Amino acid sequence: MNLPIKFLPPLVWLVRVLVGAYPRWIGSVPSANQRIYFANHSSHMDTLVLWAALPHSLRANTRPVAARDYWGTGGIRQQIAQQELNVVMIDRAREDPDADPLEPLQEALRLGFSLIFFPEGTRQPQPLPGPFKSGLFRLAQAFPQVELVPVYLENLHRAMPKGALLPVPIISTVSFGAAMGLAEGEDKDTFLERARAAVVALADVDLMAA
Amino acid sequence: MSLQETSFGVLAALTLLLATATAFGTWLAGRTHDAVKLAWIGQMNTRIRGAWGIVLLFALAFTAGRGALLVLFAIASFFALREFVALTPIRASDHSALVLAFYVVIPVQYVLIAADWYAMYTVFIPVYVFLVLPVVMALRQDTEQYLMRIAKVQWGLMICVYCVSHAPAIVALELPGFEGRGALLLLYFLLVLQMSDLLAVIASAAIGRTPLKSNPNKSREGVLAGGAAAVLLGTGLFWMTPFTWWQAALMALAIVVAGFMGGLVLASVERSLGARIWTDDGVLLTRGTLQRLDALTFAAPVFFHLALYFFAP
Repeated sequence: MNLPIKFLPPLVWLVRVLVGAYPRWIGSVPSANQRIYFANHSSHMDTLVLWAALPHSLRANTRPVAARDYWGTGGIRQQIAQQELNVVMIDRAREDPDADPLEPLQEALRLGFSLIFFPEGTRQPQPLPGPFKSGLFRLAQAFPQVELVPVYLENLHRAMPKGALLPVPIISTVSFGAAMGLAEGEDKDTFLERARAAVVALADVDLMAA
Repeated sequence: MSLQETSFGVLAALTLLLATATAFGTWLAGRTHDAVKLAWIGQMNTRIRGAWGIVLLFALAFTAGRGALLVLFAIASFFALREFVALTPIRASDHSALVLAFYVVIPVQYVLIAADWYAMYTVFIPVYVFLVLPVVMALRQDTEQYLMRIAKVQWGLMICVYCVSHAPAIVALELPGFEGRGALLLLYFLLVLQMSDLLAVIASAAIGRTPLKSNPNKSREGVLAGGAAAVLLGTGLFWMTPFTWWQAALMALAIVVAGFMGGLVLASVERSLGARIWTDDGVLLTRGTLQRLDALTFAAPVFFHLALYFFAP
């Protein structure tokens, strides 16, 4: 199915009107340098929110990484994913056990695209990210010239007390931290923990670290 | 001339002028690939689009009446405050203060203006909300950074609601010999404000030199030249206002200076919060509302007060 209308521009506008998706560039500034934006993942909206927070001029060259089992199921969702968001599909189910699930990502990076990547692999219903999977480490090894930018997605709504009479308006912010890379001789676990800590540090800025 | 004739004349002239400016801006942008030139042409075109917004506002104030104008400004206040809150650190115990700010303070302030209750809408936020907010927050028993948190919500309300709401309040000013013509006065205010911004961008690109820290697309010389040109324009438009030509010159000067200070202050605030908007595609209300209203937040209450103080009986 291929409809002649575009869904993404109104969708991005809707995301901005309803949830905000305000960018905060804390440690880095928008740049056309090749980057992997890696973020915590707690909501179905995360991909769109991060996408909406990026400047328009960077979006054409940035591709979200998304699970085939969620985005590749046909219909409008697949059209948005493939025709408009230009997502890189990752095979979470590993239908072919011999194939490298990261291969599509490496291909996109070789072509010069920036990526939006959720290194936890799946959604975590908690404010702080869980342990990262090894994918980010392997990409950092294979593409040392690519800047790794930690991103923290925060939804004020979720930080608020549960069961309050009136909810505050939903306000999501997207904090971009300082670019990092794999240090010389750094092993996998140290690197992944450092990357996770970089995302958590942005959360602390947001929540005024009590 | 009757009010109708004047308004139609002004509206027609503005539409023609803007159409020319838009065509010219588009032509300029299509002619060059130089990044520096494109940056300032982009800045200029954003402001020309802003001027279209002013014309629409004015047309709305005329056809749909003051209620529609107030609703529009209330929405702008809501989005500006939401952006301000999004960019400042928030704690869970701020919840009740924010609920109060979003769902009580914004509607009440605009209803007070709609009711023309001048004595109340000028003190509601600076006095009553100022006193009630700290009480509401104290009830939560979270004293961590207590003063900072109250100050932040109060400051956001002053800028995004109190100051912004003074722009539509201009329409209701009843100045002797100028009754019922408030919409023209609002148009005068918005035109001078917008033109000082647009002319500063154009003059900065033309004569350049020392770039401003708060906005690298403007230079010190350009802001002075653009501001002077806007004051001249404000003087030339005195026939739209109840002022004589020299009074109009001083009022335009007040608008330009206050507007510049607003831009300076809000740029500093956004910068301190790591939020100076870098995007090149701010869609109205969803992005950069604060930045777009920065000059207005300072100029509106100043203009409103000066007009009331010197020209009302």
